[in-house]
Amino acid sequence: MTTPVLEVSGLKKHFPVRARLPGGARGVVRAVDDVAFSIGPGETLGVIGESGCGKTTMSRVVLAAIPPTSGSIRCDGEEIVGAGRRTLAAYRRKVQVVFQDPFSSLSPRMRVEEIIAEPILAHRRLGKAERRRRVAELLALVGLDPAAARRYPHEFSGGQRQRIAIARALSTDARLIVLDEPVSALDASIRAHVINLLRDLQARLGVAYLFIGHDLAVVANISHEIAVMYLGKIVEIGGRDALVETPLHPYTKALFAAALPSLPGEQREEVAPDGEVPSALDPPSGCHFHPRCPFAMPRCAEIAPVLAEHVPGHRVACHLYS
Amino acid sequence: MAPALLEVTDLHAEFRNRDGGAPLSAVDGVSFDLHQGETLGVVGESGSGKTTIAHSIIRMLPPGGRIAGGSIRFDGVELTTLPARDMRRLRGAEVAMILQDPMASLDPMFTIFDQVAEPARYHRGLRGRALVGEVADLLRQVRIPSPKQRMRDYPHQMSGGQRQRVVGAAALAGRPKLIIADEPTTSLDVTVQRQYLDLLKTLQRETGVALIFITHDLGIVAKVCDRVAVMYAGRMVEQRPVERLFHDPRHPYTQALLRAMPKLGSAEPLFAIPGQAPNLAALPRGCSFQSRCPQAGAPCLAERPPTVALGLRQEVQCHFAEGAPS
Repeated sequence: MTTPVLEVSGLKKHFPVRARLPGGARGVVRAVDDVAFSIGPGETLGVIGESGCGKTTMSRVVLAAIPPTSGSIRCDGEEIVGAGRRTLAAYRRKVQVVFQDPFSSLSPRMRVEEIIAEPILAHRRLGKAERRRRVAELLALVGLDPAAARRYPHEFSGGQRQRIAIARALSTDARLIVLDEPVSALDASIRAHVINLLRDLQARLGVAYLFIGHDLAVVANISHEIAVMYLGKIVEIGGRDALVETPLHPYTKALFAAALPSLPGEQREEVAPDGEVPSALDPPSGCHFHPRCPFAMPRCAEIAPVLAEHVPGHRVACHLYS
Repeated sequence: MAPALLEVTDLHAEFRNRDGGAPLSAVDGVSFDLHQGETLGVVGESGSGKTTIAHSIIRMLPPGGRIAGGSIRFDGVELTTLPARDMRRLRGAEVAMILQDPMASLDPMFTIFDQVAEPARYHRGLRGRALVGEVADLLRQVRIPSPKQRMRDYPHQMSGGQRQRVVGAAALAGRPKLIIADEPTTSLDVTVQRQYLDLLKTLQRETGVALIFITHDLGIVAKVCDRVAVMYAGRMVEQRPVERLFHDPRHPYTQALLRAMPKLGSAEPLFAIPGQAPNLAALPRGCSFQSRCPQAGAPCLAERPPTVALGLRQEVQCHFAEGAPS
């Protein structure tokens, strides 16, 4: 078996909050609460969940932008949590990011070539000629004209800016790119271009993706494996086909039920759950989903279910399956 | 058939060109109508003019924009020439608008009560206990639990979904005949989006209000709309009942948009529409879609496409469209 590019286990990120809860206890937000997954070379793990489920905090921890409270992150077998500066620097070169909004993630005062070369320059010196050659190569890779190098971000459309962001992420020969809602801000016709570009780059370069999104159809299109998060926990994880065809967790089913139809009159049978995601500051006891779950049983309010394998390769955290 | 509630005829709206030069034509000869209780979806990409249509109807075009021609008749009244005073009376009372970001509509300094009460006070003259009762009813209608308590809250004390429902309550408070919703669920989570769309449809059934849904998401159109208008570069290129549009799209752009919709469960590469949306400052002669269209031919480069009737209130603007057998 090949070593995963990224292997995360027992990952927790808790934020202390200043406010006191009724009863006087100090609040802690368990933004990421005991999460485990791994991503192989050239593979895509899709993460879906609603606001506050912890997917963005998880990506920031994975990017080593903030340290985890506890847990392990291994990249190509090497432990990153608590590692020294040199290991971290090498890790940050291997793991890059593309953000949702290409209008705020690219500095308006830098030329495209400076934007793209910035991650390389953070790690090593680069001559002018070599830099120019590398930038041209990267621009060609993402389907932009090399002349774009001398221009500024405002001269480009949203889709083109996202291509620039992808070129930047690839500049250090990244092994893994964290894609945080990379197409959510784009128009429908542009979205398909960017998704297809990402798939094409993966096929050519073998880069792995951690793809965070809320649009089920888009996430399912690009992912090999999908994880569903709810209030800091992965409630279900499995291969794309298994998860889409036979979702197990009631929350996953609810997400599918709430998805918009692709044809009029194609009403999904399941009923979408009532209510909204509760506050992460004071999550429900037991299974966090139980107050909204149509199948909740008494023990769901008491005992938190653990993520367990239901069929090989498909794990779910739900008492219905234990 | 009863006369249409809203009748837009050959509407033109333009914006001053910041780089000098001719004004940009954001809405270019758009005609459609809408009946009471009906839901029209207006779909298109950024810059296609869908929001400008909405702003023209309520006469709130941003600075630099103006209605350059055409007519908007609402409930028998011509809006394009209506004096500003009468227009103010009409906004909120007859036509209400729901925006994408609820915090853009709600004032953080005022309580939920103040904001929902304002249209009822201003347009319907309600005061005192009657007003409090009405606000509670409206909040109940949009499924805000314990409305009597929650109306004392401020917007920041509510979740995103609740805020958008409060905006819905405020929109209903003046008893409008038409609500224009501009991407109302873009900032909401999927499960909350579903609840909100269901709620709007329920409110429509209860009140008979007409709805215009502005969106770039064909999934929303499939879920809530009766009719659809597709915008491209300022023109309404196709107008159909929702079933017809999805099963038998006639305009090449509509066909491409439908193909580009990601379908759940498909792992095939997505269909991507070639090329880019045109620049309004440099539109080609003829059809604006020509450079991206697989069928484009000589007439498309030379002349503006004709409007071809496909049946009652159904039309497409394409040189290659075949009309309905009459």
